[in-house]
Amino acid sequence: MGIMYKTNYKVNDYPVIETYEGGSIILTQLDAIVNWARSNSIWPLTFGTRCCAMELMAIGAPRHDFARFGFEVARASPRQADLIILAGSINYKMAPVLKRLYDQMAEPKYVIAMGACTISGGPFFYNSYTIVKGADHIVPVDVYIPGCPPRPEALLFGIFQLQKKIRHEKNFKSKKMKLVDVKPVFDKK
Amino acid sequence: MSEIKEIFITSDKIKTDDYVINMGPQHPSTHGVLRLLIKLEGEIVLNVEPHIGYIHSGIEKMCESLAYNQIVHLTDRMDYLSAHMNNEAVCLCVENALQIEVPDRVKYIRTIMDELMRISSHQLWWSAYGMDMGATTCFFYGLRDREYILDIFEDTFGARLTLNYNTPGGVMFDIKPDFQKKVKDFIKYFRNKLPEYDQLLSGNIIFTERTKGVGILSLEDTIAYGVTGPSGRAAGFSCDVRKHHPYSAYPFVKFEEMLDTTGDTYARYTCRIREMWESMNIIEQLIDNIPEGDYALKMKGVVKLPEGQYYQRVETSKGDFGVFIESDGKKNPYRVKFRSPGFSNMFALNKMAKGLKIADLVAIMGALDLVMPDIDR
Amino acid sequence: MTNEELIEYLIQQFPEATVVQGTQFVEMTVMPESLLESAQKLKSANETSFDYLICLTGVDYPESIGIVYHIESTKLGHAMVLKVKTANREEPVIETLTPVWQGAKYHEREVFDLLGVKFNNHTDLRRLFLEDDWGFPLRKDYVDDVRIIER
Repeated sequence: MGIMYKTNYKVNDYPVIETYEGGSIILTQLDAIVNWARSNSIWPLTFGTRCCAMELMAIGAPRHDFARFGFEVARASPRQADLIILAGSINYKMAPVLKRLYDQMAEPKYVIAMGACTISGGPFFYNSYTIVKGADHIVPVDVYIPGCPPRPEALLFGIFQLQKKIRHEKNFKSKKMKLVDVKPVFDKK
Repeated sequence: MSEIKEIFITSDKIKTDDYVINMGPQHPSTHGVLRLLIKLEGEIVLNVEPHIGYIHSGIEKMCESLAYNQIVHLTDRMDYLSAHMNNEAVCLCVENALQIEVPDRVKYIRTIMDELMRISSHQLWWSAYGMDMGATTCFFYGLRDREYILDIFEDTFGARLTLNYNTPGGVMFDIKPDFQKKVKDFIKYFRNKLPEYDQLLSGNIIFTERTKGVGILSLEDTIAYGVTGPSGRAAGFSCDVRKHHPYSAYPFVKFEEMLDTTGDTYARYTCRIREMWESMNIIEQLIDNIPEGDYALKMKGVVKLPEGQYYQRVETSKGDFGVFIESDGKKNPYRVKFRSPGFSNMFALNKMAKGLKIADLVAIMGALDLVMPDIDR
Repeated sequence: MTNEELIEYLIQQFPEATVVQGTQFVEMTVMPESLLESAQKLKSANETSFDYLICLTGVDYPESIGIVYHIESTKLGHAMVLKVKTANREEPVIETLTPVWQGAKYHEREVFDLLGVKFNNHTDLRRLFLEDDWGFPLRKDYVDDVRIIER
């Protein structure tokens, strides 16, 4: 059960409620299993341009180990990866390359913007003629991690937030969604 | 069976062609966003052409609208593995232009931090190089030991990587009382660990077969291309700025310059390992004698340099780093140029890799220790 | 050689050039026509033998574009600065110094990319960092409303 939001509200309009036809308890359990499996084995793509790449390598190091969470299989090819961690600033020359990498990844795919440069341009916001002011001009971003560079613990916290986001996903749709119009109680007509 | 053998031995029956492959901006072995167009015949490299500019940020143009003590935080982000030395270069240039002398305590602190930063940079290089050659254990060993140095940095500077600790006239904070004990503990620990690095990689027969005699650059070519740092010293080019034009506390220490004569990849590798030993000797000479005093001079709020052109050289872990400032008397510089060592080192790659195979190209690139934001600025 | 001896030697060997003592090094300014010849003489003479090009910089002045070469000798240990200015800013042309110091090839490509100076007889003059239709960012009159956010 969920409320569907309309975008072109007129005055005295009322919301429309959708329902699933039966079986929703089975679908939510299936959802939970699939999301649990997906969130515990995310495979990142090795993509680091600037200083944040050093902190990305540091979470693979023995002290802040990310193998205990399931991320240690870092793939070099985008066709085999789930997650792209944008570690470092993006250039006008590098932006088409990033878009191509993102397009080559298979669904479901996630993007983490790490560091100040990818959130908004960072230290290069004023007076720089080549840095894109924020990586979300190019690819849609799921989690933003501030810092310059963020500590490895901050990056791990960001990945946990992504795991939480994955666990709330809905993967299955039932047969056809039936839209039921509900008239509000206080409608005088 | 013999007919198939005949076809392959007499190659005039098969028509072959050269082809160009692209080792793209996103690649695990290129250490950053470097694009190489490699022209191959079979597996032999005929020509390597680097395309750069994928991380060009316009730092030199940005510096023209900042004050002199604001330039320091941008130099951190160029060669981030020797960030302290880049900061020091700008501060020394401004201090020499104004002709002021910093207290001795500042010189000692700057030199000790320089050498610690050099060790941490070489540790990261060693980890990444071992991983490229296939020995993934090196990644874990090197980064495990590097964390101890980053702990020391965090206690003093507050940051692990982008430090922003030097300002024209001194340093920003004083060192803590337990700084000397921590550094001495680290040196004792690392002296026991460094022979392990040799055991893992330097004596390994696969490694020596892959690196001895590969990527030779003669002494004339080294000087003509301007290849400095351990990559240049491997060919016999005596270019250590700490010896020829000493700065900070280097006049007070005795150390040797690591030279070699063969000029191949193995020589570049051993020069860096020997430099790590020598850095520890330098730190031991300085750590017990840090003089008391101020940690910074009182400077005016707005720094203005007299008119003219100034140049300062510093030895970073990659080579000879230079800062060129041209000033016209105002509070912003007129032109700032950074002479980056990686720029000159990388463009000798074509000369080194002609006639070798692709696997050798990866070995040569790793030993040159390229950091792309340094090259592209 | 010390700075004073170097000044005397240079005044003797290069009569048309201007030789002054700058803030740290001896600075010699030559005309663009005699640049290649002066550089070759500086490299091959036994008293100077400048064989290591440290840095090549381009600077934008109001009426011309200047190029500054920092050179050093590995055998004798001294260093100096060689400067040249182009004739004008609209069509700046300079002779290339790749036959003298091979590393200058890529530094000159960078100056062409960022300042727009053309080098004669350069074997491979292409842009290095930026794309072909970008302007010349390091010039003082470079305006870019789309990409730059002014402070």
